[in-house]
Formats: sequence, C-alpha cells, structure tokens
Amino acid sequence: MTKRNFLVLLAVLVIACALPFLVSNYRTFQLTLVLVYAIALLGLNILTGYSGQISLGHGAFYALGAYVTAILMDKAGVPYWATVPAAGAVCLVAGFLFGLPALRLEGLYLALATFALGVSMPQLLKYHHLEKWTGGVQGIVIAKPEAPAFFPWVGLPLNSDRWLYFFTLAVALLMFALAWNLLRGRVGRALVAIRDQHIAAEAMGVNGALYKSAAFGVSAMYTGVAGALGAIAVQFVAPDSFNIFLSIVLLVGIVVGGLASISGALYGALFIQFVPNIADEISKAAPWAIFGVFMIGFVYLMPTGVAGAIRLLLAKRRSP
Amino acid sequence: MITKVFLVGLVAAGLALPAHAQKKYDAGASDKEIKIGNTNPYSGPASAYGTIGKSITAYFKMLNDQGGINGRKITFITYDDSYSPPKTVEMARKLVEQDEVLFVFQTLGTPSNTAIHKYMNMKKVPQMYVATGATKWNDPKNHPWTMGWQPNYQSEARAYVAHILKTKPNAKIGVLYQNDDYGKDYLKGFHDGLGAKKSMIVKEVSYEVSDPTVDSQIVQLQASGADVFFNITTPKFAAQAIRKAYDIGWKPVHYLNNVSNSVGSVLTPAGLEKSVGVISSAYIKDATDTRWTNDAAIGQWREFMKKYYPDGNQADVFNVYGYSVAATIAQVLRQCGDNLTRENVMRQAASMKGWRPETLLPGITITTSADDFAPVESVQLERFNGKQWELFGAVLGR
Repeated sequence: MTKRNFLVLLAVLVIACALPFLVSNYRTFQLTLVLVYAIALLGLNILTGYSGQISLGHGAFYALGAYVTAILMDKAGVPYWATVPAAGAVCLVAGFLFGLPALRLEGLYLALATFALGVSMPQLLKYHHLEKWTGGVQGIVIAKPEAPAFFPWVGLPLNSDRWLYFFTLAVALLMFALAWNLLRGRVGRALVAIRDQHIAAEAMGVNGALYKSAAFGVSAMYTGVAGALGAIAVQFVAPDSFNIFLSIVLLVGIVVGGLASISGALYGALFIQFVPNIADEISKAAPWAIFGVFMIGFVYLMPTGVAGAIRLLLAKRRSP
Repeated sequence: MITKVFLVGLVAAGLALPAHAQKKYDAGASDKEIKIGNTNPYSGPASAYGTIGKSITAYFKMLNDQGGINGRKITFITYDDSYSPPKTVEMARKLVEQDEVLFVFQTLGTPSNTAIHKYMNMKKVPQMYVATGATKWNDPKNHPWTMGWQPNYQSEARAYVAHILKTKPNAKIGVLYQNDDYGKDYLKGFHDGLGAKKSMIVKEVSYEVSDPTVDSQIVQLQASGADVFFNITTPKFAAQAIRKAYDIGWKPVHYLNNVSNSVGSVLTPAGLEKSVGVISSAYIKDATDTRWTNDAAIGQWREFMKKYYPDGNQADVFNVYGYSVAATIAQVLRQCGDNLTRENVMRQAASMKGWRPETLLPGITITTSADDFAPVESVQLERFNGKQWELFGAVLGR
C-alpha cells in the first residue's frame, strides 16, 4: 500500500467515524444500510467481477443470512453480534454446496441456475413445514440492539442507531480487509486467470473447479453477513423482503460501482441506496423509469463503473 | 400503565368540550399546516395499489383548495416502498424522524405494516388506518398507536356465518382456505362466528399458494356432502374453484371472500355463467355498479376524479377506497380542532360514533371506542347475477 493510498484510507475512515455525529438518526440508519449493501456487493464482486461468473440469485444468500440471524435471535435468544459469524458460516457452506454442481454450468447457464435460486427463495421461506422457525409470510420481528453501557462512560453520546452503525462499520472494515488480502494475492490472480482464459489457467496448474466453488462460497458468505447485518438494522425479516429484485439490484450495484474493484462496492452501495429515493422524489408515476435513466447515464458516462472512472481520472492527471 | 392513562384520557375526552381546548401541537402540526406521511407501492409487484396513494394525494389537494381543515393546509408526503418491508422501515423512519409528520396514514400491505408496527408504537406516532385487512391491527391494548380501517377478514367471515345461520340453519359446510395467515384469519373469524355450532363444518381443506390447482380439494369437498361452500382463496384459485365446482356438478351455496370478488380478474376467467349465484360481500360503492349511476356521493366522486385525478381509472374501486379513507381521516382531524397532538388524533379516531363517508354502502357507519380500533366493521352481502353483483339483505356486522 502506498503512502498516498494509506492517507486516503485514513481520511475515509475519519469521515466514516464522524458522520453519524453530524447527521440525524435516520441518515445514520441509511448509512448503515449503505455499509450493509457494500459488504453484499463486495461478495458478489468476488464472484462476478473477479472470477467472471454471473449470479442472478445472490438475494437468496442475503435472505439466508438474514433468516439465520433472525431465527437465532428470536428463537434461541443468541445475542445479535454472535449471529453474524453464524450467518456467514451457514452461507459459506450453502454457497459452496450450491457452487459444486452449478459451476459445471458456464456463463449464461449459471446465471439461469442462480436466477432459479433467487426466484424460489421467497417461496421456500413461506414453506409451511418451516413456519415454526421462519414465521411464514408474517416474517420475524427482532429486537433492536442497545448500545453497550461502556460507551456513555467514555463520553460518547451513542444511541442504538449510532451504535449499530459502528458495529456494521467494524464488520465492514474486517470484510474489506479480508477481501483485499484475498484478492491481491495468489487467489485473486488465480480467479482473474480463470475469468480471462480458463484453459490457460488450468494449464498453469490452477484447479478451476475448486477455485470457482470456493469463490462461490466466499461470495455467498459475504452476502450472508450483509443479510445478517441488514436484518439487525431493519429489525424485521419476511419473504417479501427478498424477492428476485434484490438480486438484480445487487448486480446493478456492482456494475455501476465498478466490476473487479474493491472500492467499487462502496460506490455501488451508495447508488442502490440513494438513487431509488431520488427517482421517487422526481416522479411518483414512474420511479423505475427515472432509475433506468440514471442507470443508462452511469453506464454510458462511466463504462467501467464509478471506480473505473475515478481510476481513469487519476491516471490522466498524473500523466502529463 | 400507559394503557390505563390512555383509557382515562379517552373517557376525559368524551366529557371535555373541544371548543374550549387551547391550541396544542405535536411535531408536524402548526397554525398553518398538518403534515401526514404515507408509504405506497408505486412500483413493484403490488403497484396496482399505487392508485390508492394517488387518489389520497388528490383528495388532500381538493381539501386544500377548499381551505383546508380548520384553516390548516394538509401536507401529504408519500413515498414509494415497492411493497418491500425493509424499504417501508426506511421510509417510515424518514417520515417520522426527518419530515416530522404528525402521523402516518394508509401505509399499505400486511408485511410492510408488520415491519413498522413496533417502531411506530415505540415512537408513539399514530399508524393510522393501515391499508390491510388483517385482524391484528385492532389491538388497542398492546398497540395503542395502530388502527386499521376496512372491515377485517374476521368480521367479514362472521357476516357470512350470520347469513348461513339465518337462511340455512342445518347447513353442512365445506371450507377451502389458503394455508397462510390470510386464510387462517378468515377461518378464525368463521369458527368464532359459528361458536358452539362449529360441528356444522363437515370438511375443511387447505391449499398452498405454490399449488398449481385446487381441483382435488374441490372434489374432496363435494365428496363430503357439503351443501354450503366457504371459499377463502386469492383470485387465481377462486377462479379455479368456481369453475371446477360447476364442471363436476357440485352446486352448494357458494360464499366467496371479498378479496376475490373482482368481476374482471376472477369471475370472467372462471366463466360468468358458472359464477351465477355466488355470494360475496362489499362495503364500498362500486362506481361501475349501475345502481349508483345517479348517486350523489358517486357523482361528487366523479367530479373529484375529473378535476383532481384525471389520469385515474374511474372503473377502479381502489379510487373510491382512497377517497373514502381520506374523507375519514379528514373527519378525524376536524374533530381534533386545535388540539393537534398525536394522542388527540388517536383519541378522536377512537371516538367515532356512527359517522360515515357517503361513498360507503348505505347503512354502513364508522364506530370506534377505546377498546374497538376497527372502524368499518360491517358489510353487505351481494350475489352475482351473471352480469354484475347485486346487493341484497341488511347490512351485517356492527
């Protein structure tokens, strides 16, 4: 990491820590959701951006993570922070297992298989033999975590919204650091090699099937962790929260943010959190048409995503 | 304790004369305006309901043109939640914490309202006249800040029971219901209504939303010898049930829940001639019904649609619904006078005594009390004559 990058990172961190004290609780809640989406997008980016496999069903893993957290908190009384790694673990296994057979499918066929997963998830969650745990269509309402007692003691005015933001921020930082370590090393190179030319990659000794399944598992884990954090922030899960649209919006997020870029996840998250609200304010009659205009605008003006556009801009400034 | 104070407050309100009340405001109200918040699915799978939000917006525009309520203009802030509960939570928080509305009104959908139920009650911001038929909104003891509006599923089911007991006291009843909370809500009302006579039900069968058809269930019901059929199904399955019953020659007295009484999307696909004699219920004047062609209230409504919501479909009963529910909340605010606190909004909404918007069916009135948070509780039965629904009999329910 260059000194310059380090300084930028530090500045972003300082802003991220100061923000909740400068804006209302409602905005803090929205920022928490941005972090949640950023983690999910990072997960999807590992799969789609780096290893080149399109998933139209990541909303299903988001839902799975959310339900693991909700069920553990509501039925088993597990504290909220302990449910997040559990959700991640469940999704890692589920993603890996789903990945094994699904990865025999290439490109568009994989997209269809994952699409099937995304479409069926809300109905599976309504399945009446699981109702005991999932609450059926009613969903599960979960309690909001309170800020721990030592915070006022340190002198910080921390309500539960701010606390939740910092909790999510900490998890997000951990997940980003992990991804950064993973992707810039051997594993990242192997994934990119598979994406760009899988025969050549295998000739170099990269185990394609294993890496692909692992990428699917890790990607699902990220999305599951995001789902868990999202459930805690929203305090409610129901099958209707996780329809196919969620999966598609996640895909939109990584494309707009920038494929194969870690910082792109954050830009994408800002886009999917705030642009629909802006669109709704512009027109009640056709919010999605306005959203579409934004999307076309972004893709047209920044074909490599926001992250790519920023990279290009910096490169231009540096070269004389 | 809070409930007690609330109840005492309600009693006190009955005695106090509003004319002498001083001006009192909570967030969202002032000498000039009253801010009301709302979420509606303008996009997404349930966007057909979006017209309700639009007709309410138009209603308040008309009201403001006429001078507002007690000299105050209504600011109606409505956001799209795409029928997605997490989005509803976000938007409800925006309305309460950022826009600082006096209360939210007509938030639409059972899952969406469930998602914000706890939040609204914790914040003590009224969640007024939620747009869903579930019975759980009538729970003043545990959720004193939430109130429904339309007849809930249980009161509707009880109305059918009343009619069955009166016209066919020795009926053998077969029930088909969707196996989820919507179906079970109806079923509970049906059981409660029958009470000790529950043994009149000879067969109960259910189906899953994911089932392709309900054909085998209909065959089972016919085999049970039932001569009355209570059909608790959503539109697609309702059409299948009507058609199958006709095709296999089963001719029970057929009660169809209000959820599926659309001529266009249920009876037409089932076959209009196969639907003759089906009984359902209504509580609102359907503008397409020739009976209301010269009705004054529907005439006014048409004027309103023409002037304030010209894009709206006049054949869509949701637009009558939006108009009626907006008229009801306007009445609550009139009753509030200059005391525009959140507590007083709930108190006035819980002390309606027989008031009615004229777009409800004749004889249906709104009565609420401190332990009855169900405004519209009665329905009138209707029978399909092959062309349109025909209302008959007295208004049933409270």
